[in-house]
Amino acid sequence: MRMLKINNLKAKIEDKAILNGINLEVKAGEVHAIMGPNGSGKSTLASVLAGREEFEVTDGSIEYLGSDLLEKDPDERAREGIFLAFQYPVEIPGVSTTNFLKTALNQIRQHKGQDPLDAVSFLKMMKEKMKLVEIDQSLLSRSLNEGFSGGEKKRNEIFQMAMLEPKLAILDETDSGLDIDALRIVAGGVNKLKTKDNATIVVTHYQRLLDYIVPDYVHVLYNGRIVKSGNKDLALELEEKGYDWIKETADSATA
Amino acid sequence: MSQVTKSKKSDLNTAFTDNFSQFVQELSANAPLSNVRQKAIEHFASVGLPSGKAEEYKYTPIARALEKHFTERDTLPANDPLSSEAESGVRQFLLNTDANHLVFVNGRYHEELSVIVSPEDELRVCPLGEAYKQYAQVIDRYFSSEATIESDPFVALNTAYAQGGVFVHTPKSKTVKHPVICYFISDTASQSIMAHPRNLFVVEENAHVKFAEIFHTIGEGASYNNAVTEIIIDRYAHVHYYKYENESTQAYHTGTTQVKQQDNSHFHAVNISLQGAMIRNNLNIALDAEHCESHMYGLYMLDGNTHVDNHTVVDHQKPNAFSNELYKGIINDKARGVFNGKIYVRQDAQKTNAFQSNANILLSDDASVDTKPQLEIWADDVKCSHGATTGQIDQEQLFYLRTRGLTKIQARAVLLKAFAGDVIQHIGIDALREKIEAQISERLEQ
Repeated sequence: MRMLKINNLKAKIEDKAILNGINLEVKAGEVHAIMGPNGSGKSTLASVLAGREEFEVTDGSIEYLGSDLLEKDPDERAREGIFLAFQYPVEIPGVSTTNFLKTALNQIRQHKGQDPLDAVSFLKMMKEKMKLVEIDQSLLSRSLNEGFSGGEKKRNEIFQMAMLEPKLAILDETDSGLDIDALRIVAGGVNKLKTKDNATIVVTHYQRLLDYIVPDYVHVLYNGRIVKSGNKDLALELEEKGYDWIKETADSATA
Repeated sequence: MSQVTKSKKSDLNTAFTDNFSQFVQELSANAPLSNVRQKAIEHFASVGLPSGKAEEYKYTPIARALEKHFTERDTLPANDPLSSEAESGVRQFLLNTDANHLVFVNGRYHEELSVIVSPEDELRVCPLGEAYKQYAQVIDRYFSSEATIESDPFVALNTAYAQGGVFVHTPKSKTVKHPVICYFISDTASQSIMAHPRNLFVVEENAHVKFAEIFHTIGEGASYNNAVTEIIIDRYAHVHYYKYENESTQAYHTGTTQVKQQDNSHFHAVNISLQGAMIRNNLNIALDAEHCESHMYGLYMLDGNTHVDNHTVVDHQKPNAFSNELYKGIINDKARGVFNGKIYVRQDAQKTNAFQSNANILLSDDASVDTKPQLEIWADDVKCSHGATTGQIDQEQLFYLRTRGLTKIQARAVLLKAFAGDVIQHIGIDALREKIEAQISERLEQ
């Protein structure tokens, strides 16, 4: 089943064009990796999918589950199953994960036509999902991300993903700032959440994460375009050769 | 050419001065205070209401507002009995909790609406009018001793016209189980109302007690409360004091809470202002001994045209004392906030720790806040800090919560409740805290 179809997507921030015609199709059950050098537009693509308002879409379209995604507010997208794991999760003093997650979950359940969860079922579900990312309950009652280590922040993102059960998860540089143990835990969590009905887009600079979350497709982004696509071997090739050869090929093609 | 119509201004200064003798005649059995009242009105007559140029009232033109909205006749207290609609209107404001509830409507004590549950050996509590008769000695000693008539024209005016209000005396080493909650209700259904509530809380050595003062309005008419509360805290005593203002948009308020602390005493104040036309709160604390501790929290959450001004003064006179202040503002529509926080550290007050912070969130283009932290330090071995911030709701935080499925309104409510929570959590009467939380939620979820 086709989940996402991005067609000739162009986006800018202020007067700077960042995405210059992205084409991408994602089907249920697939894992896509978006790789590319710094400044190539990877995080922008993730942000535009989640509905960040600073980016202005100037051309193209995004179709998600048969409807126009760009028409929708960030929270509508979330209720329809899109989840963004932030590269830099935001600190929110005075608001704990448990504090807002119940409202979030019940919004999503209501959208699906399900009854809201009561406090007991919510707690039970939390306990189950906490195991997935080996997160401690005390962390979930603290002010969100305030004083969290890099690993705690990323685990908390994946914990929220586990709770909200998205159809399309976008992991924006989830590996950045993680040591190898934390990386293994986070990736393990993501893998356990994978089903034939959901899809994942993994945005990353390095191949390392893809040892743990094995992609079906790898796309290389450069200057706001996908300049090369392949399978997981492409990621290994990039790891070995760096991004320069991609840049050279792309630059000579446009010259 | 545009036509200029001059709005009618009342001469309230003259009215207050001229009506004083009639007011005193109508008061009965107040012999112990007549001298104080007389001195106060004489002082008031010489200074008058603060003009627009008065430095302390620069941002809050309360005198002008009163002259516009009240007539000379309003300066005399209302004597109408309470209607049955008003009585049920008042009942809805009473908190559902075990406490001493003292109800004042238009400056008069209503025994039938009030409940006093604490035993007399733990707490002596009665309306000030009654207290003159029973506790003349204590009242003579403390009344107007801290909130002096020279300190502020509104204090002088209150001292002259003081009517309605509570005298509370907590004997040595008593822990008062039930808080003292005073309700000051303005019933403006049939006329404009002015009242001058006066509270005197005397807390003896090592006693523990919680007070609340709650201000509400019934009806759409104009009301003006000019309140003064003196709190005398003896050594090792602990006092919690909450002031909650949620009145109609025609309600004017000036209030001074004057606190004096003796050594090793603790004082916690929380001041919540949610609505009114124009509100001015003065909270003045004198730390006249060593090892005192004072905490001051304030929240003003304003919309419409509400104007709230908080002036606080902490006067560190002796060494080794601690004070901490956190005032927060959430300001929407055309509302306006003012914060002025003074900390004095006298030459004697070495090893003082004094901290102050004021943070504001503006939710609309027309909302505004004037904030002025002031620190004056004459001692040389102290730890003091102050700071003020004013900003908007954090867009990153808002976006984050929305990517989790919260609507814009829900996300905003979560963030603002957390912001307000830093203040509200310090309210130690559960029923009051929950009521304020509910009020805030209702406003945020509209």
